[in-house]
Amino acid sequence: MSEMTPSSKLPIVRIESLYKAYQGTEVLKGISMAVQEQDVVVIIGPSGTGKSTLLRCINLLAIPDKGQIWLDDIEVTAPHTNIDKVRQRIGMVFQEFNLFNHLTALNNVTIGMTRVLKMKSKEAQEKAMWELERVGLVDKAALFPAQLSGGQKQRVAIARALGMNPEVMLFDEPTSALDPELIGEVLNVMQKLAYEGMTMLVVTHEMGFAREVSDRIVFMEKGVIVEEGPPKQLFYNPKFERTRDFLWKITELYGKDEEKKS
Amino acid sequence: MEILQDLALLFRYLLAGTGVTLAVSAIAISLGFAFGVTLAIMRVYGGCFLSRFALIYSTAVRAIPVVVIIFLLYFVIASAVDLSPFLSGALALGFSSAAYQSEVFRGAFQSVSGGQMLAARALGMGRMQAIRFVILPQAIRLAIPPWSNEAAIVLKDSSLVYILGVPEILRRAEYVSAVTLQPFLAFGAAAIIYFILTFLTNRGLDWLERHYRILT
Amino acid sequence: MDALVTFLQRVTPDFLQGIVTTLYLTVVALTLGVVIGLPAALARVYGPRWLHNLAVTYIEIFRGTPLLVQLFVVYYGLPAIGSLFGLPGVGITLGRLPAAFVTLGLNSGAYQAEYFRGAIQAVGSGQMTAARALGMTKMQAIIYIILPQALRLAIPAWSNEAVSMIKYTAIVFLIAVPDIMGKAKILAGRYFNPIEIYIAVALIYLVLVTIATWLVHILERRLAVPEYHLESARH
Repeated sequence: MSEMTPSSKLPIVRIESLYKAYQGTEVLKGISMAVQEQDVVVIIGPSGTGKSTLLRCINLLAIPDKGQIWLDDIEVTAPHTNIDKVRQRIGMVFQEFNLFNHLTALNNVTIGMTRVLKMKSKEAQEKAMWELERVGLVDKAALFPAQLSGGQKQRVAIARALGMNPEVMLFDEPTSALDPELIGEVLNVMQKLAYEGMTMLVVTHEMGFAREVSDRIVFMEKGVIVEEGPPKQLFYNPKFERTRDFLWKITELYGKDEEKKS
Repeated sequence: MEILQDLALLFRYLLAGTGVTLAVSAIAISLGFAFGVTLAIMRVYGGCFLSRFALIYSTAVRAIPVVVIIFLLYFVIASAVDLSPFLSGALALGFSSAAYQSEVFRGAFQSVSGGQMLAARALGMGRMQAIRFVILPQAIRLAIPPWSNEAAIVLKDSSLVYILGVPEILRRAEYVSAVTLQPFLAFGAAAIIYFILTFLTNRGLDWLERHYRILT
Repeated sequence: MDALVTFLQRVTPDFLQGIVTTLYLTVVALTLGVVIGLPAALARVYGPRWLHNLAVTYIEIFRGTPLLVQLFVVYYGLPAIGSLFGLPGVGITLGRLPAAFVTLGLNSGAYQAEYFRGAIQAVGSGQMTAARALGMTKMQAIIYIILPQALRLAIPAWSNEAVSMIKYTAIVFLIAVPDIMGKAKILAGRYFNPIEIYIAVALIYLVLVTIATWLVHILERRLAVPEYHLESARH
């Protein structure tokens, strides 16, 4: 159980005793955590520890076997919850971008607004341009995904998620599929979002981002949360050997992550 | 009871058509294979004349319905040689299938990377040798999935030799239908037999594909 | 030369009628094929278990049996289907043309369903995931995200089917539909020159198919489709 910061408000995302198994292998073994509004929580850990699965459970793209998830005061995992409505309040950014290939960048952003939020076309376009401006891609609005670089694709994906006015943004290894020189532009956008007060849950290997931007780091291994706390604590004074070992390995692997920023 | 005995007899008569169907199909597929591979080699590795001939043959024959080819061949051959309907039908099917199979193998040949031919020639192999020992073995394996598709098509198209009166499944079904006045049962039974044949063929060919798959 | 002119004078009107019938059959069969095949593909990929199974059964039956047998079942068999339940004389009787349409349509639908399914799967599951993540319902995702992409990917295989349909319609002459082959049989019987007649038939089909292929190429280029080949396309 994580320590809840003394706050009069309900956490915006609450996960309680989450279990999930894939084909016999248990991937999540009793995960519990809470995320407050405007928190930026970074989840780290070895590959295959269920970090992505955890994220996908939050908007029920993966269905947990046991446990509960709350978005604000709505229980996401309850059987009668309208999950499509819940997903409108959660934005998700994928490792493989998943941009809609047949639509321009602009239309990728507007389609959720017009078809799901039922906004009027003109309004949606204005908002979409605003979001594209936010991620720095206004000049690419009329281009198709095939004509964009990886970093640009991911930024459009972020704009697409932002267009829905989400209360929480989930990032599932947003930079893992990008060439090294394109990672920076995406991390910059994410940092900007964090400073603007967006509640974010990020699964990543980017330690620089984790150290500089997050409010809290959660270290997961073998399906359980080993340790969580503010970046300073985890990096310089971790409670567990395993945490220290992992961070050592990962910073060696990713080495000079200072250079990658911007 | 009598009815059931009759039915059993008729069903056995129908089933006997399976042999004819399979025979026609086997001859057609084999002829199609031999001629098809040849055409493909002519098309990909042949000189100007051979290549063009293969192209014309493939394009023209694939543009004509199989029934037309069967009729044409039958009437043309009937005026020259005295060939049984069985053989004319099987041959017509074979020549038709050859055109489609040539496309299958052409695609397969072209899928085997050019580097293979280069490496073979670099070893000192002649062109024909390279084709025989390096390209062909790989191409044939790559060709198995689309070829299996073609084989299944030939099996189903064998029903078309019905028009020449060949006593395969469909022709017999017609007879059974006339005798029993039960067209739905007769043709339905024929359909079921074909379905089983196609199913087994596909299974068998799937096994072949899995067994000989080239892992790249 | 004279013989040729006489020949052409005799056969042209009938053949022209035959060509019209063939083209008519082709267009109707193709349309029915889409109307049946696309929903079948969607049912197979996205439908609940029972719908999926129904679609697979339909597709497997019509792809696993010869077209001619299907035609006979529909034209000769259905009128007597009642006998299966002990009700002789009760059945579905279709005229020649309707029987031809129904059979060709159902047959083509099954093959088209597989082409559409291939295209839907080629679009990639990530697209559906992203659409659902935005809050779209499954239906919305299918209509606005999957289908626009899948239909474009299906164009090569579909246009192949369209051109081939011209050939498939040939068998309907066996239930006395006066298409090209049907007319040919009549003419051959009238003038006793089967070889010339059937050579003419072959040439007619060659011309029709060539024109159709050419038209389809132009259409394909207009719709700017990415390279996508389905291996199990049929003739």
